[in-house]
Amino acid sequence: MATYTMKEAKPAPTANKGIIFWLKENLFPDVKSSLFTLFGLYVIYSIVPPLLDWMIFNATWSGTQDEVVNSGARWIFIIEKFDQFMYGFYPESLHWRPNLVAIISIVFVFSFKYIKNLKVKIAGILLFPVVCFILISGGWFGLEVVETEKWGGLMLTILVAAVGIIASFPIGVVLALGRQSNMPILRTLCIGFIEFVRGVPLITILFMASVLLPLFFHDGIEFNKLLRALIGITLFQAAYIAEVVRGGLQAIPKGQYEASEALGLSYWQGMILIILPQALKISIPNLVGSFISLFKDTTLVLIIGLFDILAMVTLTNSDTNWLGYEVEGYVFVTLIYWVCCFSMSQYSKSIERKFNTEH
Amino acid sequence: MTNKQLPVDGKGLLNNPQHRAIFFQILALALVVFFAFYFANNMFDNIESRGITTGFSFLNNTAGFGISQTLIPYDDGTSTFLDVFIVGLLNTLLVSVLGIIFASIIGLLLGVARLSSNFLMSKLALVYIETFRNIPILLQILFWYNVVLAALPSPRQSFVYLDSVFLNNRGLLLPEPILQSGSGAVIISFVLAIVAVIYLVRWSRQRHNDTGQEFPIFKVSIALLLLAPTLVYFIAGQPITAEYPVLKGFNFNGGLTIIPELLALLFALSIYTATYIAEAVRAGIEAVPKGQKEAAKSLGLKDYVILTKVVLPQALRVIIPPVINQFLNLTKNSSLATAIGYPELVTLFSGTTLNQVGQAIEIILMTMAVYLTFSILISLLLNWVNAKMAIKGR
Repeated sequence: MATYTMKEAKPAPTANKGIIFWLKENLFPDVKSSLFTLFGLYVIYSIVPPLLDWMIFNATWSGTQDEVVNSGARWIFIIEKFDQFMYGFYPESLHWRPNLVAIISIVFVFSFKYIKNLKVKIAGILLFPVVCFILISGGWFGLEVVETEKWGGLMLTILVAAVGIIASFPIGVVLALGRQSNMPILRTLCIGFIEFVRGVPLITILFMASVLLPLFFHDGIEFNKLLRALIGITLFQAAYIAEVVRGGLQAIPKGQYEASEALGLSYWQGMILIILPQALKISIPNLVGSFISLFKDTTLVLIIGLFDILAMVTLTNSDTNWLGYEVEGYVFVTLIYWVCCFSMSQYSKSIERKFNTEH
Repeated sequence: MTNKQLPVDGKGLLNNPQHRAIFFQILALALVVFFAFYFANNMFDNIESRGITTGFSFLNNTAGFGISQTLIPYDDGTSTFLDVFIVGLLNTLLVSVLGIIFASIIGLLLGVARLSSNFLMSKLALVYIETFRNIPILLQILFWYNVVLAALPSPRQSFVYLDSVFLNNRGLLLPEPILQSGSGAVIISFVLAIVAVIYLVRWSRQRHNDTGQEFPIFKVSIALLLLAPTLVYFIAGQPITAEYPVLKGFNFNGGLTIIPELLALLFALSIYTATYIAEAVRAGIEAVPKGQKEAAKSLGLKDYVILTKVVLPQALRVIIPPVINQFLNLTKNSSLATAIGYPELVTLFSGTTLNQVGQAIEIILMTMAVYLTFSILISLLLNWVNAKMAIKGR
C-alpha cells in the first residue's frame, strides 16, 4: 500500500524573478527586441546627457551677463526678467494685488470642500470673481487703477483661461440642453452655433472678435482689446463645453429622464436636481480635457496683440541689454505650460479611474 | 385599456407643455432675430460713417504685394486679391496635406511603439507623447521657427546631404524634377499601374472568396507600382531629369526651395498631431478584445495574418474617426502660421489683405467659409466611413 509522504514545497525558480529576469523578459527577449532596446538606449544617450548639461550642469544661475562663461543655459535672463514673465507691465509696487488674488483663489478652491451651507457656497461663487476683478484692475476702495494694457505674462494667461472656463461653462450647459431639447427651432439654433464655432479655427474667431465686434455696437460702446479676446474665447469654449456636456447627457439612461417627469418635476427642476448632476459628473474628465486645450489655446491671444507669457519671450528679448536669449525664454515658458497641462491631465486620468467602477 | 388623451384643464394656456414649447421657441427666435437686426443695423451705420466700401468687388483689384511661396503663377504687379485668396488657400492645403502625411507616419510608429512588448520602446513613446501634447502648438511653431531654424547657417555654410540637398537659413533646397517631352508616358504608365492594382485587388478578393486561395497582393502591387513607371522611364529615354540647386554668390539658384516658415510649421504640426494619432492608434488596438487575438492564435494563424485579418479590421473601426478629426484639427491649426508669416489663407487674407482693403466683414466671412467647408467635407467623409465600417448585423 502506497503511503503518502509530505513533500516540502520547492522555492520558486530563481530564473523567474529578480532584475536579470525582468531585463531579459522586457528588454532582451529576442534579437529584434534587443536591437530596439539598443536603439532606444542610443536615443536616450544622445538626448538626455546633453540636455541635462545644458539645463543644469553647465547652466549659469547667478551673476551678471558679462560673467557668463558656461556653454549651458543662461538662467540669469529668466531671473532678471522673472517679474515681467509673471505680471507683464503691471506696476511693480502693486504686484501684491495679483499675488493676493492667487492666494485667495487657492484658499477658495481648497476651502470649498468644507463649506456645507449651499447659500454660503453660492455667495462665494458669485463674490469671488468680483473680488478678484476689483483687486486686479483697481478703481474701488482707493485701489489704484491699472489699465488692462499693462496686464500681461502668466497673470494674463491664467486670467484668460479662468474667465474662459468660468464664463463659458453656463453658456455651454445651456447650449447642450438646447441641442438635446425637443423644440425644433431652439435645437436648430443651438446646433447651428455649436457647429459653426467648432468648424472654424480659434484664430478666425479672435479676429472676428477684435475686428468685427466694434462694428456691431454703437460708437459709444467701447471694448478694450482684452475684453474682445475674452468674448471670443468664451464663445469658442462654450461650443466645445456644449459638446462635452451633450456627451454626458446622452450617457444618462432614459429612465432617469422619465423618472424625473414621473415625479412631477418641471423641466428645470428635473434637469438641475436629477439629470445635470449625473451628466456633469461623468463628463468631468472630458471637461478637464477641454480646459487643457483652452489653456494651451490662450497662447493665441498674442496674435491679436495681447502680452501673454509666450509673447513675453519676444518682448523681453527686444531689450537691447538682453538680446539673443530666446532659447532660455522659450524653454522656461514651455516648462510652465508643460507642468500645468501635464498635472491637469494626470488629475483628469485619476478622476476617470475613480469613476470607472467596471472591472 | 385604451390610451386616453389626458384632459387639458383650462387653467391657462401656458400650463400646456406643447403651448409652452411653442411660446419659448418663438421667444428665442424673436431674441435672435432682434439681436441680428440690431447688430446688422449698427454695422451698416458704422460702415457708412467710416466710409468702408462693401461688396466683393475688391477681389478684382490688384493686390500689389509679394508672396514668398506661390503654387500658381503670381505677379506682384498684376495679380488680384482673388489670386491672393487662391494662393493662400493652396498654401493652406499644401501644409495640411504634407502635415497629415508626416503626422500619420510618426503617429502610427509611435502608437505601435507604445504597444510594443519592449519596455524601453513603450516608455520612450510615452515620454514623447506626454511631452509634446502638453506644449501649446503655437509655442512649438515659434520655437522651431525662432530658435531651431534661425540657428541654421547662411547659404555658404549650408549643411549638404548627398551633394544635392542643402539646408540653410533660407530653407531646404531639393533637386527639382524637370519634365521633358516623353515624360507624359511615365505618368500615364503610373496611372495605368494604379488602375491595374485596383482591378488586381478586386480579382484577388473574389478568388479568395471563391476558392480560399491567397494571393500575395501587397508585394505584387508594390512591384507593379514601382516597376511599370521605371521601365517606361528607361524605354522613353529618361525624360525626367533633375535640376540641382547651385550656389551662386550669396544664394542658391535653381532647385526646389522649401521656405523655413513651411519647414517650421510642418515640424510643429506633425510632431504635435502625431501624439494624438498615436493615442488613437493605441486606443484602437487595445479596444480589440484579447480573446480575439488568442482565438486567432489557437486557430494556428500566423502573426501577420492575425494582425491584418483579425486585429486591424476591428481596430480600424475605432481608430479612423478620431484620426480623421485630428486631420481636421491639423488643418485648422495650420492657421497659426500667421504668427510666423507663412503665406497661407489667414496670413494672406485675414492679415495682409484685410490691412490693405479694410473690408473686415467680407474677408473674415470668406476665411471662415473656407474652414467651414473643410469641416463639413470632413464630417461628410466621417459619416460615410462610419456607415461603411459599421458592424453589419443580421
